[in-house]
Amino acid sequence: MPTDTPTAPLAPLPASILSQRPNLIVSIHAALDDEQLVRLQRDLLERVGRERSRGILIDVAALDVLDSFAARTLADLAYMAQLRGARTVVVGIAPDVAMTLVRLGVRIPLTQTALDLEEGLEWLGQ
Amino acid sequence: MTDDSTIPGAAQTDRSDDKLLPELVAHLRDHRTELRQQWAERITGAHLLSAMTNEEVFSEATSVYDNYVGVLETGSVEALRDYARDLSERIIPRGVETHEVIGIVLLLRDVLARSLFEKYREDFELLTHVLNAYEPAANRIANTVAVSFVDQRERVIRDQQDALLELSTPVLQVRERLLILPIIGVLDQDRARQLTEQLLHAIRAHRAKLVVIDVTGVPDMDETVANSLVDTVTASRLMGADVIITGLSSEIAQTLVTIGVDLSKMHTVGDLQGGIEEAERQLGFRVSKVPDAD
Repeated sequence: MPTDTPTAPLAPLPASILSQRPNLIVSIHAALDDEQLVRLQRDLLERVGRERSRGILIDVAALDVLDSFAARTLADLAYMAQLRGARTVVVGIAPDVAMTLVRLGVRIPLTQTALDLEEGLEWLGQ
Repeated sequence: MTDDSTIPGAAQTDRSDDKLLPELVAHLRDHRTELRQQWAERITGAHLLSAMTNEEVFSEATSVYDNYVGVLETGSVEALRDYARDLSERIIPRGVETHEVIGIVLLLRDVLARSLFEKYREDFELLTHVLNAYEPAANRIANTVAVSFVDQRERVIRDQQDALLELSTPVLQVRERLLILPIIGVLDQDRARQLTEQLLHAIRAHRAKLVVIDVTGVPDMDETVANSLVDTVTASRLMGADVIITGLSSEIAQTLVTIGVDLSKMHTVGDLQGGIEEAERQLGFRVSKVPDAD
């Protein structure tokens, strides 16, 4: 199969989606580019429907940068997931990332944030 | 020397400044003791370096003198700059002021220039040439010493500012997962930013869920500072910690409303005690007095 056809398999995302019913746990290992973010969003929404998930936890602890597009995508994702019946929590935002987001005036509306995986799971379990 | 000085004007072209400087240096070396002594006396006479004893002044004067002559000889101010830094480091804690340092260097320049006048007064042409060689070097030296001193002083001030900033924003844990951050003194943008940074790191280190920021000790607040406080709260929320602000004085409350800062998303409680009680309630602590304790 020629590699340049649209059906060619894409490089794996530097992010893993684990299912821990009724939640999905997404761990992002490295900075995602815009295209990968959109793919992640699409994959996740598809999984939410298939696995009838109630919650999504996105761990961004490995990231030292979160740009406005990524923040926007996460916020959109949270909203879309909510429309499909799942709550989203973003965990592990590093101090410097938080500072930068605030300084750039990026707001993450609708998205619940928590300190780490443990906190996030507790919030989802409520 | 007298032979040289009697050379008529035509021969002056080969009396370039390059040749004059070594002669100058030799002169300053030969008269080291008396010139140094003269200089030290002038320093004492002008009431400069009053924080130091006469012996100290004399020994520093000797080093400066030798460095000074060294610069004239080599034309390189590197060694002098290092020495001036080192000297500044020693004398700044003793309260020596900038004007004193500049004053003593100018005095030395004056003492040396006078001795040159003395030496070459017979031959005005030659004196002009000697001064042509001497003046730029002397100016450079004065400049180097003054700049080194001021640099050093600024560095000390910066270090102290850093230390002060460090000291002035303690983040304390009062209960499990509850931090308090008492802010005392004037908040400016730099301090607000540094404070946010420290708070965010503390939130992670202590796994805090709630933070009480007490601003009782803040005399006033302008729009920029109020907005950076809002940013602090937003950033803390991103890390999963909620913030309660306490101790907003009536003046600050009035100012904030007048300038229209949006604090509606902020959780505020009257005083620190109220803030801590509220935080404990939210975290599920119940503090009660033991009935028969006195």
